[in-house]
Amino acid sequence: MAAPMLRGCCLGRCWALACIDSGSRHGRGAATGFTSSGKRGQSFVAQQPLLTAQKSRKGEHKWAAVVGLEIHAQIASNSKLFSGSQVHFAAPPNSLVSFFDASLPGTLPVLNRRCVEAAVMTGLALNCHINKKSLFDRKHYFYADLPAGYQITQQRLPIAVNGSLAYSVCVGKKWRQVITKTVRIKQIQLEQDSGKSLHDELRSQTLIDLNRAGVGLLEVVLEPDMSCGEEAATAVRELQLILQALGTSQANMAEGQLRVDANISVHHPGEPLGVRTEVKNLNSARFLARAIDYEIQRQINELENGCEILNETRSFDYKLGCTVPMRDKEGKQDYRFMPEPNLPPLLLYDTASLPAGADPQQVINIDRIREQLPELPSETREKLIQQYGILPEHSFALLNEVGLLEFFQNVIKETRAEPKKVTSWVLNIFLGFLKQRNLAVNESPVTPSVLAELLNLLDRKVISSAAAKQVFEELWRSKGKTPSQIVSEKKLELMQDEEALERVCHTVMEGHPQVVMDMKRGNPRAINKLIGLVRKVTHNRADPTVIKEILEKQLSS
Amino acid sequence: MLGRTLQEVSAALKQGQITPVELCQKCLSLIKKTKFLNAYITISEEVALKQAEESEKRYKKGHSLGALDGIPVAVKDNFSTSGIETTCASNMLKGYVPPYNATVVQRLLDQGAVLMGKTNLDEFAMGSGSTDGVFGPVKNPWSYSKQYREKRKQKSHGENEDSNWLITGGSSGGSAAAVSAFTCFAALGSDTGGSTRNPAAHCGIVGFKPSYGLVSRHGLIPLVNSMDVPGILTRCVDDAATVLGVLAGHDPKDSTTIQDPGKPFMLSSLTDVSKLCIGIPKEYIVPELSSEVRSFWSKAANLFESEGAKVIEVSLPHTSYSIVCYHVLCTSEVASNMARFDGLEYGHRCDIDVSTEAMYAATRREGFNDVVRGRILAGNFFLLKENYANYFIKAQKVRRLIANDFVNVFNSGVDVLLTPTTLSEAVPYLEFIKEDNRTRSAQDDIFTQAVNMAGLPAVSVPVALSNQGLPVGLQFIGRAFCDQQLLTVAKWFEKQVQFPVIHLQELMDDCSSVFEIEKLASVSLKQ
Repeated sequence: MAAPMLRGCCLGRCWALACIDSGSRHGRGAATGFTSSGKRGQSFVAQQPLLTAQKSRKGEHKWAAVVGLEIHAQIASNSKLFSGSQVHFAAPPNSLVSFFDASLPGTLPVLNRRCVEAAVMTGLALNCHINKKSLFDRKHYFYADLPAGYQITQQRLPIAVNGSLAYSVCVGKKWRQVITKTVRIKQIQLEQDSGKSLHDELRSQTLIDLNRAGVGLLEVVLEPDMSCGEEAATAVRELQLILQALGTSQANMAEGQLRVDANISVHHPGEPLGVRTEVKNLNSARFLARAIDYEIQRQINELENGCEILNETRSFDYKLGCTVPMRDKEGKQDYRFMPEPNLPPLLLYDTASLPAGADPQQVINIDRIREQLPELPSETREKLIQQYGILPEHSFALLNEVGLLEFFQNVIKETRAEPKKVTSWVLNIFLGFLKQRNLAVNESPVTPSVLAELLNLLDRKVISSAAAKQVFEELWRSKGKTPSQIVSEKKLELMQDEEALERVCHTVMEGHPQVVMDMKRGNPRAINKLIGLVRKVTHNRADPTVIKEILEKQLSS
Repeated sequence: MLGRTLQEVSAALKQGQITPVELCQKCLSLIKKTKFLNAYITISEEVALKQAEESEKRYKKGHSLGALDGIPVAVKDNFSTSGIETTCASNMLKGYVPPYNATVVQRLLDQGAVLMGKTNLDEFAMGSGSTDGVFGPVKNPWSYSKQYREKRKQKSHGENEDSNWLITGGSSGGSAAAVSAFTCFAALGSDTGGSTRNPAAHCGIVGFKPSYGLVSRHGLIPLVNSMDVPGILTRCVDDAATVLGVLAGHDPKDSTTIQDPGKPFMLSSLTDVSKLCIGIPKEYIVPELSSEVRSFWSKAANLFESEGAKVIEVSLPHTSYSIVCYHVLCTSEVASNMARFDGLEYGHRCDIDVSTEAMYAATRREGFNDVVRGRILAGNFFLLKENYANYFIKAQKVRRLIANDFVNVFNSGVDVLLTPTTLSEAVPYLEFIKEDNRTRSAQDDIFTQAVNMAGLPAVSVPVALSNQGLPVGLQFIGRAFCDQQLLTVAKWFEKQVQFPVIHLQELMDDCSSVFEIEKLASVSLKQ
């Protein structure tokens, strides 16, 4: 459930797939959330689920970690799950609160059709069995941002069960090998979000904002089929992409639209599972992976030292980088579940079971929703690989940034350049620029057609690839100019006059007899030095391959 | 004029015999004179007069809204009323002014009804005497009736008359007293285990509990959501049907109301009962039942039989488990429903601010009386993980068996069940409080709560006066959503028994100008 906690620490808007590589094109630092696995010395990589505590490296005590997740995704819906209040992030406090949300006595829940449809669609996309009858329950606990004293959820009979989520981890040298893993989905349930509490320690008071109270959540319960932080983070990332593709949740972790609780235990393979702890309120993928890996290591250390693991709830202190017991959850809660008496059973239909003459406004047809399912990220990636021949890890990268795939496809449409070239430009240069400036794809001053034009110039060998990069930088600075304009203004066209180039080469060789000598002695790097010198003289307007040809010709003559 | 039925006074308004403002003023004046009954918690005088003026304008233009236009009504103080304090007779909600109207209140107002005030009850409707509210007990108008006083004079001499007033029953005792004492023509109660029918029986009026799902609960501050139904208290069955016609129907704000719009509730006058089958549940013949009530019950059965109806003994075999089952389900839902009263968003908040938890605890201790706290404690016990299967689940299963008992009886051809409403007539307050609330509720709900568990419609109709000169009511129980059939039978019965009108004029000595009760009422009865 959504534990009532202040969610304040905002991190970046998205993160790159962990496994691609540690190159500069992917996000770094707090703003983008997720450093690649190769850089985190402590982390446990996906292909090595067996862990060894530092103390007993000899290998006789292998540990295996078991990780399950409970994910809360806010449903993208205009109004709340059981009331007509609007749903907006960052609206003025308590401005989106209906009488029901404030639990005024006598108010009753009225189920939001859109939320039910979102749950069904998500269930279908995650290969779940959709229960044609599901029930709502009350889960009781006292907390200041839970006005009714209970949360309406689906404990006994949730709307969807028994699904699966496939996610891919990249392994091997340079992470070029993609392995698909599957985590089982136990259930998806509809439930209410809580409000927010803001604790003012100074004045020792708590402020309550009920804007979020009653917003529809999908709680997705992932079975403990994962074994490290990386796998968990990757599975969550895939779920996030699916939700976004479906439009059932914006799934923005920084805005709290996707929140993750992790259940973690360690044991010796072949032995029963260990006592698990729950780490709550992980609101960025980076923290998710770090918290899980920290917790695994902590449990191993505890057990190695002869201590016991307590079945407790912990939170991740992102400043200290460790998990700590949560004080207000110390006592074991008995939630005193009870059927919600104000909501009749939720009945869904398929085309076969649809009652004749039913009012379409009053019934939900699962088959209709199935027909409306959009292309899922895994299908999109497969298509990219088939259609453009790009590498699997590049297909991941293209989907990982909001809007990047669309940008890429628009560039492809307007350029004759090779898809691989386009991929490289989009993923390395374009994305790198965005990241440096902390921009989203749709905030880029460079449009797909402009980049396409630039790539066409490059493809036609009008400019060198170095000049192209220069033009690209210029495009970023001077909005409104076309690549061709910049090329002609800056005189960046490749020298087409071979005789002139030959003369330059000759002059450079004459000016650097030592380098020429080195080259003649067979030093292979010497020619590169000469090429560089020629390019400098020509202000990068000469094609290096042509220069090389001329130099080699002149040397041998 | 005040002694008339709703239908009669509605006709008088149409004919211009009296104007809505005059009628409203008369009622207000009587409310003030009968203040000692403690029937009202809040008298909404200003609002009432304004509504009456609006109504008067409509009558003048000839655009009256219908049977309820200009009719003074009262509403139990557990229905939300926009801008009017709604307390549930609890410290917890003292000073709470809801920002919205309950659907049933809104529907009354939309029909032009004039809201006189909010009536007294047991705290959060938990009780069967209307004695356990923070504003004190409601006194039964019959305590002051000529009929009762004369009988008492004959029997006991020298007893202190004033301390021997009678309870109204409950928990909608305020509404029952308000209708019984002629301060309004109809009142809303709520009925979870008999809270409308029980005080109706004790106050000599009609108390109707509609089928669950027929009338919206939106805005009714809940006791047990799965059993609560807004109840209707009137002076005759026709009036109850008129009010039901206004209240019934789907409410998008209450998902448990039925989609089927239904028909207006106009009761035909039954002339022939020979096709009727009346069931007498043998399990309702209990030792605690007073011989007098029992005798009225059999007389009523005989009446039906003598008029040609088929009267048969039937069995509701799980009846004896009903009260215990009701107790578990009721307290469990109470525990849950009361969780929202934490002093944060509305209602009482204590001064303690050392921690949120301490504030909750003190707020709830100060805000709720012992009865409410006891039910919360019991309910939370039943909902604990270790107890849930043994108590709550089991009680739900028993509830199903009880509901099936009724289904089986109705499937066997029975149209309506006839039972007592209460074990005896109203008892004096001092007698009543000798037992605690829980014992009293368990005893007094015996004939009424099973109906709530099954969601059926039921109506208590006054039959006759006991030897003590106090009203006795009998209950008719109908098939689910056959409310109209049920009321039609009740109307026939009401006509046969000619229940006497309460004589209050002695008490309200100087009320002669507003009190033409006897004269007018007897005229109406002869019609």
